[in-house]
Amino acid sequence: MSPPGSLVAALQRHVQSTCRHPEFRHGLRDMAPMVPGLAAWGLVTGVAMVRSGLDPWLALLMSLTVYAGSSQLASLPLIAVGAPLWVVLLTAFVVNLRFVIYSAQWRFYFGHLPRWQRVSLGYFGADMCYAMFMRRWSEPEPQPGQVPYFAGGAFVLWAGWQLPSILGIVLADGVPAQWGLGFAGTLALIGLACSLLVDRATWVCAGVAGAAAVAAFALPYKLHIVVAVAAAVAAGLMMERPGGGGGRPIGAVQPARRSS
Amino acid sequence: MSSLEAFVTILGLALVTVLTRGFLMLPDRELPMPAWARRALKYAPLAALVAIIVPEVLMARGALITTPLDARLIGAAAAVAWFFFRRGILGTIVVGMAVFLPLRIGLGW
Repeated sequence: MSPPGSLVAALQRHVQSTCRHPEFRHGLRDMAPMVPGLAAWGLVTGVAMVRSGLDPWLALLMSLTVYAGSSQLASLPLIAVGAPLWVVLLTAFVVNLRFVIYSAQWRFYFGHLPRWQRVSLGYFGADMCYAMFMRRWSEPEPQPGQVPYFAGGAFVLWAGWQLPSILGIVLADGVPAQWGLGFAGTLALIGLACSLLVDRATWVCAGVAGAAAVAAFALPYKLHIVVAVAAAVAAGLMMERPGGGGGRPIGAVQPARRSS
Repeated sequence: MSSLEAFVTILGLALVTVLTRGFLMLPDRELPMPAWARRALKYAPLAALVAIIVPEVLMARGALITTPLDARLIGAAAAVAWFFFRRGILGTIVVGMAVFLPLRIGLGW
C-alpha cells in the first residue's frame, strides 16, 4: 500500500512528463484557432444557464462538472419547468449519443490504457478535440505522443470553454430578463442541428422530429422529446432502406470478417 | 425545481457526460454492436436537438404561435439562413441575435 504522498508525487511526474512532450505543444497549437468560436459559445452557455433561472453557484457547478455545451443547453428548459430527473438525464444522454460514436474511435487509440485513464481521456474528448485528434492521427492505432497531443488540445479546449462560460455566468445577472439573451442558447443548438443535416435521410429525420415534438407537446413530463426521437430515428432508418446501407458510414468501421 | 433537485440533476448530467464520452471504452473487452444500432446513433442526436428547438421557437404557452411577427421565429429563420449561407455556428448565433434583439427590445415582439 502506497502512502498518498507518493501517489501525488507519481501523478505529478506523470503530468510533468506529459506537458514536456513536444506533442503537447503541438496539440496546444492545433487547438488555438478554435478558441474564438469556442469562447462565444461558452459565453452564450454561461448566460443561458443563469437566464433560465439557475442559481449562479449551480450554474458554475454545471459548467465545471457537466462540461458539455449541447446537453447543458438542452437540459436548461427541462430543468426550468421542473421536468422529472429521468427525462432530463435521458434527453442529455440522447443529445450526447454522438460521443458514444466517438468513443468507438477513441478505443483504437487508447484501448490499451488502464480503465481510469480511458475514462478520464474520454471525459475531455469533446467534439473539437475529436475532430482535431482524428485529423492529426488518421491511422487508428496507438502511437507514442498521442496522449500528450490529446492533453495539449484538451487543455486549450477546456480553458477556452470554461473561462468564457464563467464570465457569462457573472455577466448574466446584470442583463434584464426581458431581453431574452437565453435565446442565444437556442441559436447555438440550431447551428449544431443544421450542421448535422447532411443528406435526405437526416432532413426527413429532422422534419419528423419537429412535427412529432409539436404534435406530442401536450404529453406530461416532457415526454414529447422521447416520442419525437423514437419517431425520427425510425424515419431516418427507413429512408436508408432503398439504397441499402445508405448514408455515410459512422464511427468505427470494423473490417469485415471473412469466414473462409 | 428546488436548489437540491437542481443540484442532484446537475450531478446526474455530469455522470451522463462521463458515461457517454467514455461509453465504448468502459469495458475492458470490445463489445460487438449491431449495424442498425450504429446507424440509429447517427439520427438520435439530431432528432433530440430538433425536438427541443422547434417547440422553443414555434410554441408559446403550450400552443403554436399564431402570428409570424415573433422575434424568436424571425431570429431563428435568419440564423438558419445564415448557417446555410456560411456554415459557421458562431455566425449563426451572431446573426440570429442581431435580428432577434431589436425586434424583442425595440418592438416588443
